[in-house]
Amino acid sequence: MRYLIRRLLEALVVFFGISLVIYAMTYVLPGDPVAALAGDRPLAPSVVRALREQHHLDEPLLSQYGHYLAGLLHGDLGTDFNGRSVAEQMADRWPVTLKLALTAWGIEAVVGIGLGVLAGLRRGTWTDRTVLAFTIGATSVPVFVLAYTAQVVLGVKLGLFPVAGNADGWPTSYLLPALCVAAFGLASVSRLVRAEVIENLRADYARTAVAKGLSQRRVVGIHVLRNSLVPAVTYLAIDLGYLLGGTVIIEGVFNLPGIGQLLFQAIRAHAGPTVVGVSTALILIFLAASVLVDLLNSLLDPRIRHD
Amino acid sequence: MHANTPDPAEQLDPVPLLDVKDLTVDLLSRGGDGGSVHRVVHGVSFTLHKEETVALIGESGSGKSISAMAVMGLLPATTARVGGSARHQGTDLLTLPPDQLRARRGKRIAMIFQDALSALNPTFSVGFQIAETIRAHEKVGRREARARAVDLMARVRIPDPASRYRDYPHQFSGGMRQRIMIAMAVALRPDVLIADEPTTALDVTVQAQIMELLAELREETGSALLLITHDLGLAAGTADRIAIMYAGRILEQAPFEELYDRPAHPYTRGLLAAVPRLDGDLDDLTPIPGSPPGPGALPSGCPFHPRCTDSRDRCATQPPMLLPVLPNPPARLVACHYPLEVSGA
Repeated sequence: MRYLIRRLLEALVVFFGISLVIYAMTYVLPGDPVAALAGDRPLAPSVVRALREQHHLDEPLLSQYGHYLAGLLHGDLGTDFNGRSVAEQMADRWPVTLKLALTAWGIEAVVGIGLGVLAGLRRGTWTDRTVLAFTIGATSVPVFVLAYTAQVVLGVKLGLFPVAGNADGWPTSYLLPALCVAAFGLASVSRLVRAEVIENLRADYARTAVAKGLSQRRVVGIHVLRNSLVPAVTYLAIDLGYLLGGTVIIEGVFNLPGIGQLLFQAIRAHAGPTVVGVSTALILIFLAASVLVDLLNSLLDPRIRHD
Repeated sequence: MHANTPDPAEQLDPVPLLDVKDLTVDLLSRGGDGGSVHRVVHGVSFTLHKEETVALIGESGSGKSISAMAVMGLLPATTARVGGSARHQGTDLLTLPPDQLRARRGKRIAMIFQDALSALNPTFSVGFQIAETIRAHEKVGRREARARAVDLMARVRIPDPASRYRDYPHQFSGGMRQRIMIAMAVALRPDVLIADEPTTALDVTVQAQIMELLAELREETGSALLLITHDLGLAAGTADRIAIMYAGRILEQAPFEELYDRPAHPYTRGLLAAVPRLDGDLDDLTPIPGSPPGPGALPSGCPFHPRCTDSRDRCATQPPMLLPVLPNPPARLVACHYPLEVSGA
């Protein structure tokens, strides 16, 4: 418990540090956000003045950041220059990203751990080599190449999946994008698990388990597996944070209106408050994920328990 | 004609509990082209009778632990080839189908390993690991297995066993961890207990306690004990018979008093001379010159001849057989062309 509180306090410090950095970065983005809002026809000077005042644009950076934090403490993620609340914009996007992320994450966990255990148990056989070839392929092909290829071949040519958009709902519209997002993580998880399984099969305690008269299934499924999952769980929890951050490329290729797309559009439109707001939410998710990693690991391996 | 002389032990109990004959172990190492094979156990034979304690003694690398693992079927099939036979109450363990071997392991033949910290699973509570052994062999419920595990923890004198049931191996001291290992091994009252260097990782004072506990439990459960150690002193207090191993062979086998008083093999004599005694002078310690050969570089003839002070021409060419020596055949066996005089004294 004391450990958890300490972790949360640490997270708070990290949070303020990172959010300030991101705030400063949007502050120094080239171009005037108010001018960008208007396009070809310039706004009336009185409107410009009002907008600049409303968003404290003429004050120094730290003072602007102060206003922002004050709003945040009241649960206000801010309002963009176009007048839309950042929280509202994100609320529309979250369900899409959540479905995509959790589907991808589920595939990573189940298939990744499954392939890893299989390859570890059948080390040096064709099964192992096939898994290895597959994982090398999955990690070396850039995600947008994979996504476009999958979209063209499986979506357009074969018509197995919807080509783009989320009109067909979950899971139909999300399966192919989720597979593309999951490919890299899935491969990483299976490599991690494979190495651990091989290591743990050789461990003294596995020999003890055999000597006790346990069945091979129990030795592997209970004793070896639990010890082999620690690194994979660490990876998976951190990756969940990454996936929830919205995978900009995949959401772009498959035209899914999620958080990643929102962030991308906001950066292009110089919508500072939206960029900062989305980033802030993402930082919180990452921090939550890292606390989750610690909790899960201490559940799996009691030696990691702190205090 | 010694072959016809009946073994006094065999007269009482014609079929030994554990009868290991001509055990060989070859380790395969994968190299560039096909890899290489090293024989690390060369035809080891010994018997273990009911309620008897036999010590296998040797330096590290002498093949004693690997012999025990071969008997238990714990060597990985991909890297080790085991030959010979190991009969447990007449059934050869080495050719037993996997499920039947599994049914005997832990229940009728149990093993205690050297380093309890690595031999216990770090991610499960010690109680779970003891209870699991019981449930692997007997159809008992969780609650009953738990109660029996707590009982066993009490029997090996873990203080406050009921509350320590949930603790993990790393929360115990070395001695307490080894007690947990022992509780796990005796859980189902096996008739053969194999203890592989059970006290090597422990302090001397704790060593004595563990050996005492082991002897006590052996008596209580009526198990026979195969004690594997490099420590002659440890064996002295516990073993009925001793087999001395060197370079994958048994060089001498004898009841422990005879072996200590009148070693027949020069190597045994060397070992005894290298053991410090409470009543002796430290200056009297004589190390054996040289070091044991590796499995890839075995000398011809007797494996000990390059280090032996008594070796003659024949020792370098002809490997000696393990044969009975007077006056107590066949309980006394020695593999030496020129054994030391043992009949006198």
